[in-house]
Amino acid sequence: MENQKTKYIRFKRFSKSYSFLFLFLILGSILLLLIIFSLIDMVVKHLVLNLDNFIDTLYDQYVIYTIILTFYASFIATIITIIFGTPLAYVIARYQFKGKAIIDSIINIPLMIPHSVAGLLVFSLFMRKGLIGAPFREIGIMFEDTILGIIVALLFVSMPIYINMVRDGFKSINPRLRRVAYSLGSNERSAFMRIMLPLNKRYIITGSVMCWARGISEFGAVILIAYYPMIAPVLVYYRFNTKGLEGSAPIALILIIICLLIFIGIYYLTKEQKPNKSGEKN
Amino acid sequence: MSLKSILSLKNVSADFGDFYIKNINLEIKEKEYFVILGPTGAGKTLLLEIIAGFHKLKEGQIFIMGKNISKIPPNERKIGFVYQDYSLFPHMNVENNISFGLEMQKLKRAEIRRRTSSMMDRLKINHLKNRYPITLSGGEQQKIALARALIINPEFLLLDEPFGALDPVSKKQAMKVVKEIHSNNNLTTIEVTHNQDEAILGDRISLIMNGEIVDTGPPKQIFNAPKNISNANFLGVENIISGEITKNIEGYAEVKTKNFMINCLSKFNSGKVTLFIRPENIVLSQSPFKSSLRNNIHSKVKELFLISKELIQISLENGLKVYITNNAKEDLDIKVGDDVIASFKATSISLKR
Repeated sequence: MENQKTKYIRFKRFSKSYSFLFLFLILGSILLLLIIFSLIDMVVKHLVLNLDNFIDTLYDQYVIYTIILTFYASFIATIITIIFGTPLAYVIARYQFKGKAIIDSIINIPLMIPHSVAGLLVFSLFMRKGLIGAPFREIGIMFEDTILGIIVALLFVSMPIYINMVRDGFKSINPRLRRVAYSLGSNERSAFMRIMLPLNKRYIITGSVMCWARGISEFGAVILIAYYPMIAPVLVYYRFNTKGLEGSAPIALILIIICLLIFIGIYYLTKEQKPNKSGEKN
Repeated sequence: MSLKSILSLKNVSADFGDFYIKNINLEIKEKEYFVILGPTGAGKTLLLEIIAGFHKLKEGQIFIMGKNISKIPPNERKIGFVYQDYSLFPHMNVENNISFGLEMQKLKRAEIRRRTSSMMDRLKINHLKNRYPITLSGGEQQKIALARALIINPEFLLLDEPFGALDPVSKKQAMKVVKEIHSNNNLTTIEVTHNQDEAILGDRISLIMNGEIVDTGPPKQIFNAPKNISNANFLGVENIISGEITKNIEGYAEVKTKNFMINCLSKFNSGKVTLFIRPENIVLSQSPFKSSLRNNIHSKVKELFLISKELIQISLENGLKVYITNNAKEDLDIKVGDDVIASFKATSISLKR
């Protein structure tokens, strides 16, 4: 009898302390399962059960071309973002000035508006008769339906991600480190190059990868200014419309696999090097 | 001191974030060990940062060796700065941390290496040279931060709560290191602290409260003769007694307080006064003994309170607070309710009208 009672109390205690955790695990895993199921579904239906079609797609030169173009255009857009976005992020993080909040909001506009709208903004500015497009046309540079147009569209939609990330990184560095550097004779430039930039390395790499990934996934903004040359997301949409799931899924699968491989690789490459037991790094 | 002033602040006011300092006037003399003492949030660190040039002044001027440097950027001031958290560059090893200041001077690589290694020898940290800051103890980190600041041969050294984050053993060693650096190099040093035990290291002390300097002088004067009740409270003068002078015979005044009479030195013949008596200046005994002490006040023990490993604070029924050592308490076997005599010198009392 006594034994029964203690067992019951123990169970109650157990269920009380774990019911909260169970609830959260269930709620949390629903979203996770959504992603996992969609991936498994795709892999099973279009890779495992339809291997011939997948291999045919791998040999489709046009598919390969669009994939390379996608990664290339996004890569160039990321490089441009790093060159121009890093100084901007530093200024916002480092200095206090009037209108800073406004600048912060402006940077985030491309994130908040629909991507088709972002594409429209880019198109209007860079089209043949656009404010920027027209003078460039004079010297023979076109954005409509060119790789340049793709790069501009990707730049527009993905730069906020990089700038926000890198700005937060700069903000997270203890300002005392910068001040000590000043007291040791370093000016603004060397404090940035020797202290702030290296300490923000991780945020810059992560921000770049996210910016790149964001570019690879863009569709809406790109089709407005450059339906051709086709980038992979546009090709997926085009093949879906013309050949259905059968025609578009293998391309999607290739994209998924390449993306995963690249991001896993970068994760391992940038993993923080910890000092060894004697406190030194190799 | 006849030495000339190396640093002077004239009517300096500034604010940054939640902190402010106002109307600061300071004269720091060459080779001096100067302590800025004050409670948390008084603006002590801001004052140091202002001297180093990290923030803009709202008002006033700063002079180094008579030269106005108020508008000179921090990288041209040649001031050594050590923060409480040491602020070592986490992405550089010890050697690169220390050599940073020399690299900024664009010296030749061999010269940098030579001077860095002689600095590491001097502070006995050569064995740490390839280590990264995160792997070092507090005391080690502080030595690196000191070495990094000293290598540029600064005009003077600013220390922000240098011993605040250290355990008692490292603290003692660190105090020795800092004192040695100060005396071996004749390096003017300004230390900021909230800790009174550290403040007595100083040749002179400035007391800072709510962003203003409220008193400046040698430690004895600051601690024994506080300027007012709020200073006295912060400085641990536990006995703040108000009374009235009843008579004065050749400078020895008799002051009538609520519970007892006190003999002290005063030039006043009458009037209401406040007396400050530090608890460690009072001797406690169980029976009368012959001595030159002018004040011997009988009372009973009301409360015993352990304030540190060695010290006990004893409150008496007449309101006096006395410190005795733990050993003395054991020897005298003092208990609540015991009759005791509190004795102190007339000269150990500070009187303010």
